[in-house]
Amino acid sequence: MLYRTAGQFKTSYIADQALFPVKQDAFLLGIILALAWIVFPLTASEFTFQTLLIPILIYALAAMGLNILTGFAGQLSLGTGAFMGVGAYACYKMVTLMPWMNPIVAILLSGVFSAGIGVVFGIPSLRIKGFYLAIATLAAQFFLVWLFEKWAWLYNYNASGAIQVPNLEMFGVFVSGPQAASVTEYYIVLFVVTLLTLLCINLTRGNLGRTWKATRDMDIAAELIGINLMKSKLTAFAVSSYVVGVAGALYVFMWKGAAEPNVFDIPLSFQVLFIAIIGGLGSIMGNYLGAILIVGLPVVLNVVAGTQVFEISTPSAILLVALIAAATFLFWVARSLWGVGAAIGFGAVTLIYGYAQLQGFRIDSALIEHINVMIVGGLIIFFLIIEPHGLNQLWRLIREKLIIWPFPH
Amino acid sequence: MLNDIFIAPFVDMFTAPDFLMQVLWEGLVSGILYALIALGFVLIFRSSRIFNFAQGIMVVFAALTLVGLFAMGIPAWISVGLTLVVMFVLAVAIERVVLRPLVGQPDIILFMATIGITLFLIGFGETIFGGENKVMITEELGIPTGDTVLEPFGGLLILQHLDITVVVVATLLVLGLLAFLNYTQMGRAIRALGDDHQAALSVGISLQTIWVLVWFIAGIIALVTGIAWGARAGVSFALEVIAYKALPVLMLGGLESITGAIVGGLMIGILEKLFEIYWGQPLLGGNTETWFAFVLALIVLLFRPQGLFGERIIERV
Repeated sequence: MLYRTAGQFKTSYIADQALFPVKQDAFLLGIILALAWIVFPLTASEFTFQTLLIPILIYALAAMGLNILTGFAGQLSLGTGAFMGVGAYACYKMVTLMPWMNPIVAILLSGVFSAGIGVVFGIPSLRIKGFYLAIATLAAQFFLVWLFEKWAWLYNYNASGAIQVPNLEMFGVFVSGPQAASVTEYYIVLFVVTLLTLLCINLTRGNLGRTWKATRDMDIAAELIGINLMKSKLTAFAVSSYVVGVAGALYVFMWKGAAEPNVFDIPLSFQVLFIAIIGGLGSIMGNYLGAILIVGLPVVLNVVAGTQVFEISTPSAILLVALIAAATFLFWVARSLWGVGAAIGFGAVTLIYGYAQLQGFRIDSALIEHINVMIVGGLIIFFLIIEPHGLNQLWRLIREKLIIWPFPH
Repeated sequence: MLNDIFIAPFVDMFTAPDFLMQVLWEGLVSGILYALIALGFVLIFRSSRIFNFAQGIMVVFAALTLVGLFAMGIPAWISVGLTLVVMFVLAVAIERVVLRPLVGQPDIILFMATIGITLFLIGFGETIFGGENKVMITEELGIPTGDTVLEPFGGLLILQHLDITVVVVATLLVLGLLAFLNYTQMGRAIRALGDDHQAALSVGISLQTIWVLVWFIAGIIALVTGIAWGARAGVSFALEVIAYKALPVLMLGGLESITGAIVGGLMIGILEKLFEIYWGQPLLGGNTETWFAFVLALIVLLFRPQGLFGERIIERV
């Protein structure tokens, strides 16, 4: 009904290959962009910026970088965290060595360094495949983090061994460091993320993207039809590491403010991998959906638990009910009874829990932290079972259903 | 510089052979534990093509369960028995809840699912037993403490009794496992499944039973490793890092090879200790053990992409 595609005729190949062949998609994206660029910055609180908006964008960007490598070019990597670290350290060295440098330029350039290192660690992919390669990327992960610790030049011989983001100015406004406003940081992150997303969409649609996909699907066959595997794999490593490195620079400069080497350790790599896989390998939008889920879920759980953030209140209860209703509806549209059951069950448990809390029932915060980890682990398995191809595939199913609605076929 | 890299370490080795033997011994002890963990990986990988990332956390979980049960006042040996029961229940639960619905999915999805299991077990273990570091019940289990001092070449070689026990028990476990795989019906079924899934199914081997069995064996191995490592370093989720060490062992030995897991484990245990003592600490500022094994495995793989003992990869279009 809303998603009627009938009557949208394509009269040329160019129109058929356009970024948005369906009008409604472009319209939907327009709404999302308007929300991200205008509505959120005007309405969001400091807390929302710091725990939801900025991290979701940064994690989505990192996952997009990984997705190019793993989802589009088929090379499984477990070293994302370390490459984020390379971006962050490169950016730190640049702004401290050349303080006159424009921060956005520094952030965009820092990806170049991680791209270079990514290519070096990508060379084994020419001989090693599959899980062997995944473990080989762990070599990058452990070696680079060790290097961040031992090579004192990287953190300017600080006593603490951590990198501390200085106050950086751009056109008289603080854009990073302790004095920068969250809104400014948000806009810079949003600008960079939008730019790189556009780049990634078009790269994956184009010639390069097609060679990546051919390499992923069957590399020997790809080689036989004349694709240069070395070029294909190494460009994938380069582009992926570039995006991941920029995400790492944003991660430290626009969000965390300071970082020790162990921030870039293996849990970060896995978090990004979760986002890419739960969002859907080989998709761009999936990274955003995955990031919303993986970053947002602990926040929602904490809000519900009410320990650190605020007491369960009427607005947050309404928000929660709305979220669960939406999830139930989406699962229902996608014909996933498992999903419907789980969403309702999850909602019931949280509401009972919220009510118990209102009556003065408390669980200590360490326990909630542990339960959070458990729930995230359980949800990963759950999402893999209901939709192994990720949230993006779920959205595609829903969209298909909406296009033919009210008819079943 | 060249002297420091190529000559001085070897001179050190020959001038102090007792210290070299000490280093080799310690490398051997950790190597045998890496080999054990890698063996758990290999068994699961062979029989189900699942790259089981949760092996490391199963080590911690088994050790935590044992210590936790003992803390509830249950006698030590009964706690061991109960922990084995818990590991069996875990194996059944993983097969029913996680693996069965995901049969036939791409490798990476199953790999992710095991990372999900990892997170779940971390959260579950911490929720039930608490997140703080615990002491392994070494004495209650009758594991000898103390040490023997030998004097080879007029020097000093200290062998912890605990380490000797670990080496003996681990060797027995590996031999037992090899005997089980080679001489029992169940063991042969596991190997058959590893060689060819469909052929194994067609002669009536039950996939589900074997999967539970393999995960249970991995659980037993996890318990032994957990006790051994817990006795040296305490029981906490920091133990998880030793599981990462099993990964380069797998690369080096080959994902399918049982021999490879054992040889690779010993090689990596010994070589990383040697590198750390003679090259890492004097030249690189130490703590090279975090990455040395990976880089070594990476270099070996550049020349032999299927690992030292892995099956030859034959690709067809």
